[in-house]
Amino acid sequence: MNSNLNLLIGLAMGLNLLALGSSRLPIVIRSMSAQGVILGAMPVLMEHKLDWRVLLIALATITGKGLVIPWLLRRAMRTAQIDRELEPLIGFIPSLMLGAGGAIAALALAHLLPLLPEHADTLLVPGSLATVLTGFILLIGRTKAISQVCGYLILENGIYLFGLLLIKAMPLLVEAGVLLDLTVGVFIIGIIVDRIQRAFDSLDTRKLTALRE
Amino acid sequence: MISILDILLRLAFWLLLAPLLPGIINKVKAWVACRRGPPVLQLYYDLARLWQKSVVISNLASPAFIILPAMSWVALFGAAMLMPLGPAGAAFSFHGDMLLVIYLLALSRFCTAWAAMETGSAFEGMGAAREVSYAVLAEAAMVAAILSLSMQTGSVSLVTMLTPAAGAGGVLLAAGLFIVLLAENCRVPFDDPNTHLELTMIHEVMVLDHSGPPLAAILHGASIKLLLFSMLLAQAVLPLQGLSTQAAIGLIGGGVLAVTIGVGIVESLLARLAFKRVPLLLTVAFLLCLFALLVAWKGGVS
Repeated sequence: MNSNLNLLIGLAMGLNLLALGSSRLPIVIRSMSAQGVILGAMPVLMEHKLDWRVLLIALATITGKGLVIPWLLRRAMRTAQIDRELEPLIGFIPSLMLGAGGAIAALALAHLLPLLPEHADTLLVPGSLATVLTGFILLIGRTKAISQVCGYLILENGIYLFGLLLIKAMPLLVEAGVLLDLTVGVFIIGIIVDRIQRAFDSLDTRKLTALRE
Repeated sequence: MISILDILLRLAFWLLLAPLLPGIINKVKAWVACRRGPPVLQLYYDLARLWQKSVVISNLASPAFIILPAMSWVALFGAAMLMPLGPAGAAFSFHGDMLLVIYLLALSRFCTAWAAMETGSAFEGMGAAREVSYAVLAEAAMVAAILSLSMQTGSVSLVTMLTPAAGAGGVLLAAGLFIVLLAENCRVPFDDPNTHLELTMIHEVMVLDHSGPPLAAILHGASIKLLLFSMLLAQAVLPLQGLSTQAAIGLIGGGVLAVTIGVGIVESLLARLAFKRVPLLLTVAFLLCLFALLVAWKGGVS
């Protein structure tokens, strides 16, 4: 069972690199949502006995991250009429290298953390560290608001992955609340993206730093 | 006596079989495009024709213009002698022969690049610059792939390194090595072997001013390199341990054929990449091989 889990986490780490290396926003959105779906299915794999609440949360995560959020983002992308990140602050090759370096460092250093023995041979911790790092790189290095949102969502995926370590201790209500917040957040960001586009004629967030009366 | 016969047989194998692969690729491309296409043996006819032609030499060129293509050809043959042929093993095998293969490939590239610059043409200098700058990135991926194989098997000799399957990282390694194969042999997403637009060529632009037997040596060398890389890919990924001789030969032959058809299909379905996107794809190949190395390392520990 652990090897299945590790395979899924490895796939999620691969999707991190896809999101970092691609200049097309639909691909970034798709890899983010695919990662969300993979992570959403994970609690079902980890629990030995199937609880209906776990199943419900998994289902909600998969529909939320796999369908609703990408749909909102794609709609925002269509109204803003962009589909490419043209001039990132950190180029695609350097961000790929940073992401890969982060993943390798996470894999190499994760065993230094004081983990429970049952978590020691899974990729949960390195996978979540690498995913969080990918989210940070996207947030820092990209200039279009939609890629930054994707970075934020990938960051959240990483935190969710870390939360899976505590799946026995954390109430499922917390997870459900986070998911709800996330969906509403993306919904609002979709509206804001539209506003930015109308006010500035571009989604370049660098233009938002200049204050004017 | 046996060993001399063995080496002669191997030389004949590489000499005679290598020009078949470009023919198969062209046939696959023609088949995808619903054309009849050139015959599979076209490269043999081309080589025979070029061999009979005389050589045109620029006034600027030194004798190196003739010698270097031959050197490049010999270097590729040397690399081919070190590459194991499944159950038959390699003609020469020693500790760390993999490094020699990589250096021989680099030497052959150095020779063609130098020969290209001998003519004093600006275009060929440009092609040589492109070829060597992509080679730097492709070589990084290649070295990572070799490291992962050697980590997997705990050996630095090609014969023992290539026998077992590549294990859990096999898919990553296969994808990475396939991209390296496409880059090293100047196939489609990196270079289009059919275009003669000087702005887009890499390999073709280097051989524009070559003619006659030196051109034949370069073309034949390119086909040997293609066979070499497909052999490496097939043997690195496929499990050959404990198979009977016929089964192993069949498996390798099937693998090489699959790689060749794959190249043809990629070539029919993809367009050339823009130049500035090529380093990105080669970085991806490097990362794929690096992660295969990581899987081999982690898999060995736990």
